[in-house]
Order: sequence, then C-alpha cells, then structure tokens
Amino acid sequence: MSDWIAIAKLDEIPPMGARKLLTETLEIAVFRTGNDEVFALRDRCPHRGGPLSQGIVHGDAVSCPLHNWKIDLQSGEVQGPDDGCVNIYAVKVDEGVVYLNLAQAESAA
Amino acid sequence: MSKQKLILIGNGMAGIRAVEELLKLEPEMYEITVFGAEPHPNYNRIMLSPVLAGEKTIDDIVLNSREWYTENGINLHTGDPVAEIDRISRQVTTASGNTLSYDRLLLATGSNPFIIPVPGHELPGVVGFRDIRDVEMMLESARQYKKAVVIGGGLLGLEAANGLMKNGMDVTVVHLMDILMERQLDKPAAELLKASLAESGMNFLMQAETAEILGDDRVRGVRFKDGSKIEADLVVMAVGIRPNTVLAQQAGLHCDRGVVVNDTLQTFDPRIYAVGECVQHRNSCYGLVAPLFEQAKVCANHLAMLGYGRYEGSVTSTKLKVTGIDLFSAGEFNEEEGDETLVLQDPAQGIYKKLVIRDNRIKGAVMYGDTIDGTWYFQLLREETDISSLRNTILFGQHDLGDAGHGDETRVAMLSDDAEICGCNGVCKGDIVNAISSKGLFTLDEVRTHTKASASCGSCTGLVESLLASTVGEGYAAAPSKKAVCACTEHSHDEVIQAIRTAPLKSMRNLFDYLNWKTPDGCSACRPALNYYLLANWPGEYQDDAQSRFINERAHGNIQKDGTYSVVPRMFGGLCTANDLRAIADVSDKYQVPEMKVTGGQRIDLFGVKKEQLPAMWKDLTAAGFVSGHAYGKAMRTVKTCAGKTWCRFGTQNSTGLGVQLEELTWGSWMPHKFKLAVSGCPRNCAEATIKDFGVVCVDSGYELHVGGNGGIKVRVTDLLCKVETEAEVLEYCGAFTQLYREEAHYLERTAPWVERVSLNFVKQRILKDESGRKALFERFKYGQRFAQIDPWRACAEGAEAHEFKPLHINQMRAVS
Repeated sequence: MSDWIAIAKLDEIPPMGARKLLTETLEIAVFRTGNDEVFALRDRCPHRGGPLSQGIVHGDAVSCPLHNWKIDLQSGEVQGPDDGCVNIYAVKVDEGVVYLNLAQAESAA
Repeated sequence: MSKQKLILIGNGMAGIRAVEELLKLEPEMYEITVFGAEPHPNYNRIMLSPVLAGEKTIDDIVLNSREWYTENGINLHTGDPVAEIDRISRQVTTASGNTLSYDRLLLATGSNPFIIPVPGHELPGVVGFRDIRDVEMMLESARQYKKAVVIGGGLLGLEAANGLMKNGMDVTVVHLMDILMERQLDKPAAELLKASLAESGMNFLMQAETAEILGDDRVRGVRFKDGSKIEADLVVMAVGIRPNTVLAQQAGLHCDRGVVVNDTLQTFDPRIYAVGECVQHRNSCYGLVAPLFEQAKVCANHLAMLGYGRYEGSVTSTKLKVTGIDLFSAGEFNEEEGDETLVLQDPAQGIYKKLVIRDNRIKGAVMYGDTIDGTWYFQLLREETDISSLRNTILFGQHDLGDAGHGDETRVAMLSDDAEICGCNGVCKGDIVNAISSKGLFTLDEVRTHTKASASCGSCTGLVESLLASTVGEGYAAAPSKKAVCACTEHSHDEVIQAIRTAPLKSMRNLFDYLNWKTPDGCSACRPALNYYLLANWPGEYQDDAQSRFINERAHGNIQKDGTYSVVPRMFGGLCTANDLRAIADVSDKYQVPEMKVTGGQRIDLFGVKKEQLPAMWKDLTAAGFVSGHAYGKAMRTVKTCAGKTWCRFGTQNSTGLGVQLEELTWGSWMPHKFKLAVSGCPRNCAEATIKDFGVVCVDSGYELHVGGNGGIKVRVTDLLCKVETEAEVLEYCGAFTQLYREEAHYLERTAPWVERVSLNFVKQRILKDESGRKALFERFKYGQRFAQIDPWRACAEGAEAHEFKPLHINQMRAVS
C-alpha cells in the first residue's frame, strides 16, 4: 500500500470534469469521466503548455482549453490530426477514495 | 371530422397561389375543388408575351401540371366554368349543370380585356390579349395575314405588338395619348422607348382615337375620329382590363369596379373570399402579379383560420418584357408641385433615369436603358429611406457607393441581402443566396424551384443568374445540404433545436438518448452547444451543466495563454466613479495584478490573475458593488457609449442613460456567441454602434436601431432595423431582437452571419410586422433573465463551485487520510 497516496474523495471531482493536483514539483490533472473512471496526467498540453485540467472532458478524452488539442486520457497520446503525448500517472479508486501512485509513473513518451 | 369544402372559382395565378399558400399552412383542412373556364391547368399568364414572341412554348409556362392537382388531392374541372353561385344553399352550378356545395368559396375570376364598343368590334380578327386562346389566334393570323394594328400603347399592347412583329407582321400601335405607357413612364423615357421600338420596325399612330373597325366578314381596317384610315388584318385591343365581376354581381355580392374585399380579402359574404385581378381593395384594382401574390398569402392565412394576416395594399413596380429593352418604373414618377427631381440623361447611350423626391424620400422612379438599380430604388421607396446622404451619387447606382464597379456580377454582389430581386414573388437576395448555398443549387431551374425567384415574369432572370455565378463561383456553395452539429451526430443544429422544443427535451441525457448520439457524452464541440440550447429554451427548468461549458464560462474569467485569467468588472454603460476606480486599483495592488488595460468595449481588464485568487478577488470587487463583466463568455458583453448629451455639444437624447438601461436589461444573458451593444448620442456615432450586434444611434426625433454588425474577422456594417421614438421602445425592440437571436441562431453564430443567413426580412417580419410576436419575444427574454441575472462572481465568492478554484494538495490529503 506504501506507494499509493490518497489524493481526494471521488465526489470531490465533478463527473466529466477534473481537479488540478499540486505536488512539490508537479502539476497533475486528475480526471473523472462520465463513467466514473479516473485518470491522472501531467497538467500540461504538449502543444503550448495549456492546463489540461481546465479542458472539457468527453468520453475518455479531454480537449485542451487553449487550442482544442484532444488528448486520450488512457494513453496520454494526442489524437489526430495533431501529434504528441503527455505523461500519465497510475491512479485507482478504492471505496470512494482516489489514490495516486507516483512511483509507478508511466511515461508514454 | 369530415373536411370542410373549399371551392375555388378561377384556375389562374392568384387563385392557385392562394391554394398553394393554404396547403403550406393547413394541408388537411379542406377538400378543395377548382373550376377553370380555360381548358388548361394553371399557367403563367405574364409569360404569354414571350410565347407570342416565340421565345417560350405553352408547355414552358405551365405552373402547376395536372399531376400537381392530383398529388395534392385537388379536384380540377377545366373548361367547365361556374355559371351560378347560390349563396343561400351554398352551392355553385357549372355551365354543364354540375352542382357542388361549399363551406368556403374563393373567387379568383380575374379580369377581361376591355374591348372598345366601337362599330365592328365583334368582327372576326378582333382580339384581346388575355389568354392562351388569344395568343393562338394571333399566331394563326400572323401565319395568314400581314398587317396588324394594336390599339393601346400600354405595357400589354407594346408586348403584343413586339410579339406580332417577331412573327413577321407589319405592326402599327395606335395610342390615344401622346406618351406611350403613360401609366408607367414620363415623356422623356417614353420617347426613348418609342424611338427604340420604331428603330426595330414598329409603327406608331399617336393621339389617335378609334372610331370604327372596318370590314364585313373579317376585319379589314380601322377608321379614326379624324377620318383617317389604316389597313388591318388583325386588330388587338389592349386598352386595359376590367375586373370580371359577373358571377359576384349575379350572386349579389357588393361590387364596385371589382369585387369589394376588406384587408383579409373577405367579400361582403363572410364565407366568400376573393383574390386577384377581380378584386377591389381600398379602392384599388391591381393588374400586376406581385400584389396578387401578396393577397393570396393573406387570404390563405384566413382560409387556414389563423386570422392574423393583413393585406394593406401594394406599391408596385413595372418592367417591360420586350427583349432588348430595359425599362423600370415605380411609384409616383410624375412630379407634383414642390417635388424635386433628379435626372440623368445620356441620349447617346439611350440611358435615362429620373427619381422623384419629396421630403428627402424617393416617391417614384423611371429608368430606361440601365435598370439594374431599379430594385434598390424601389426598396428605398418602399422603406421611405431618407436619401439625403446618398443624393450626390444616387443616380449612379448602388455600386457607386462602395466600389469601382466590376460589371453586373459585382453589382449584384453589392446589393444588400434584403434587396428584392424578384418583385413578383417577393424574393430577396438573401433568400436566393441562402438557398443556393444551403441547398447546394447549381442551376437556374433549381433556384426557381426552391425560391420561386424569376419564376413568374422572368425579368429578373439575369440578376438571379448573376447571383448564381457569384455565389457558386466563389466556391462556398459546396456546403453539403445538411451540416451536422459535429461528428457525434448526424443531426443539424436546427434539428437539435427543434427536438429540444417539441419532444420536449430538458436534460442533456434525454437529448443524447432521444437523438441517438453516437458518443456517450458528446464532445467539446457539441456539449457547449447543447448546453446553450437547453438553457435558452428551458430557462428555470434546465440545470446548467458547468462541465459542458468552456473553461472561461466555468471560471468566469478569460483564460490567457499562460493559464492565468483576466478579470473585467462590469461598468454599466461605461460609467464609473472615483470610488469604483479606487476599488479596482486596490484590488490590483492587493493581488499584484501584473497588467491592466482598457478593453475594446470600454471596460477595465486586469490581466494575469491566478485561478486560485479569483474567488477572493471577486469577493473584494463584489463588496465594492461590481458584478461580473462576462467579458469571457458567449454572452452579452458590454454596451459601449459615447460622451453623451450631458457633455457633448452634438449629443441628442439621454444616450448614456439609455446605454446603462440596456446593459441593466441584458447583462448576464447567455447567447449563441458574444453579443455587443452600443449607443451613440448622434449620427457622428462615436460609440461605433453600426458595427455592433445591436446598435442605437440617437437622433433628434428618436432612435435608429441597427442590427447584425461586426467589427471582427469580417467587418460587417449593421442593417437598419427601424427607427423608434421612445426609450421604452428601444428596450423592447432590443430585448425582442436579442431573444430572436437567442432562439433562432446556431451556437457560435454571431448576429452578422445569422442575419445574412435568415435575411433581414425575416428579422423585420418577426420584430416589426408582428407586434404581438415582438412583445412575446420580449417577455420570453425578460423571463429568461430572471434566471440569468445571478452574478456568478458573488456566488463563487460566497463559496459556490469551490472545487473549481481550489487545487488538491498531496500533503494535505496525506494528513487527512
């Protein structure tokens, strides 16, 4: 259980929405989809650095608020016609609490 | 319930148009029976001249084929005229003895050519010019005989003469007056016309009064009052028409020159209506097609028992359908004492234009040789536009107002969207361009089918073709016939709006299910649109979905490129006090705002605010009396004002105060796109009201209301909607226009392209012509505002949507869990 950090109750993230999570070094966007799936990505669009946590969540994707790049929440990859990817982090929901595991940080790069 | 029975007597253009309009409104209300005296289905009587001239065939001019009658379930009886109307038993009896009962009766018996009752007028070879039989008779004569005399130098007479000449006859036009077409032309224009026709071989006998038609078994000549004679094998009487009131009189309906009707086209028997040339309305009888079509529309409205249409008479314009001759006339073209005239004469080129001006308004126009601006002058005439500012160049035409002129195509492109192209069917440029681009039309026939433009007299065919060329040619006609909202659906914006209203749909989930959305919860393109449509249609019922809003509208500020936000406090009408500015300055200091500037809409913008700071900052601004400026939303933005009468030596009205009132009325309203207003205190227009979505220009006598302007990507100057006299009216019209836009426009469609899409005429119909509709729009707007005018800043400062502004922290959570 050691590397899993409780970061929020699921209720604290709006469905089809996101919260920004601040650590000492990182800004992470924690997303909750319409199906209550939760994803965590670095809160920075590979295009011009827009805050993805501020975008519109639809299906398993988010559209960046600055220039509407569309990022897949599962893989962190930018969907066509644009190109790029975002760091993703392991998250899980257990009894209504959202946990983040920074040790398992996967880079989709 | 069995259907009511409607009988139409007269199978001509006016009557059938009324039936068409009725079918559009209430296709199932009546069992319709049509009686026509002629053996043909409804044909385009105006096009008989081109048929006579050999430019068209009879088949070309049929408007409604027999299949059309069958498809619409209409019983058609041709060649069997109604002989009697029995109003007491509500029955009609035909010449062949058929009897049929009616619930409502529509008279459209048209008119008869007036045959001068001189000796010999019944001789074979004397003919009117009215129907297909007359044309066939003339064509037959042209094959056998040589000399034709046309009595009457009016529109119809000259067209007949031209047609006969084309068929090889030697034609003399006999006219009582010294001016041809004296009801449409003044002397100089008539002289040019006469010279041009004479050049093509037509002979004229002016100021000649017919005394007798000579001949024994067939016409041989004509003798005049002065004793002179002329040879003739064919005499065409084209001296005018008389409304055909025989049936109506026999039935005891009140008739004068025509069958007398009121503004609803009802005769003195409430079950009997009348339209067309047989009608006398407010002392006028009409022989041109445009008024008849207007009558048909109103009549259909009442037959459909809607009861709100009103026919108030028509101003007409005329064009002559003689190939190679361009001629236009409208209104009172012979000046009266005190009128001014503007005249342009170029005899070498055969161009003559005259405008009759009274009180700076066009009262009449005559044009010869160059008639392209006829529709523009006619529009200025009907709208009673003050032309003082155009006076210096008006005779050179509309194209002279703004470009160097690149031929007809550009000139048509220059016409405003509400410029009428087809006077017969009342089709404006905007309608045609819209139909071409929205329905993907490529041919003249398609445009005629969809818009009816150039489908009646055909004299605007050239203009329609130019419009086709300029619209299709530039390539944006390639738009598919139906454009889906986004890839999540096949439905168009209009279909979605329609479903929301009629299904009805009051939640996003219902909408996705009902319209079979292809994605589970839409996308960033459709969700904001759907959220807006639901909100606009069901104020107070639909629960606004923050997650379907773009971040600016969730965070109530404008996201900037570095992820910070800008904050714009509302200043109603741009007015502010020292205390207001001090409060803004204090906030700026307290939150270390890196930059401030004045926006294009005259408000103060504080840049570089971090999202977490927003609620605290709003709390301070709210305490100082500010509300959100909505500078970030698809919403009503600001009302820009000028110096105003209090200070400006040119100012009229209380323009700044009006700006404040307008902003108080409209703030907080969500819109399909951003929406900007301005009020200028005089025509110098310092507030730039004529590039706003809704602009007011105050003048001494009231307020000019302008709509559909845009100073953005594509600058568009507003269209003048109307002029009103009181502030209360400005508020009402503004609210109604805003609501119309909120209800009708597509999401992300500014008023400028919207007005161009639906046409200014549509807006005028809904706002100006339909008073109760306007008031209802205004009421709906005010109702919606009850739920919209809740300041989001105050709400957030008091703790609403806290999660939006407060980031999560790992360290905190660790401590908690």
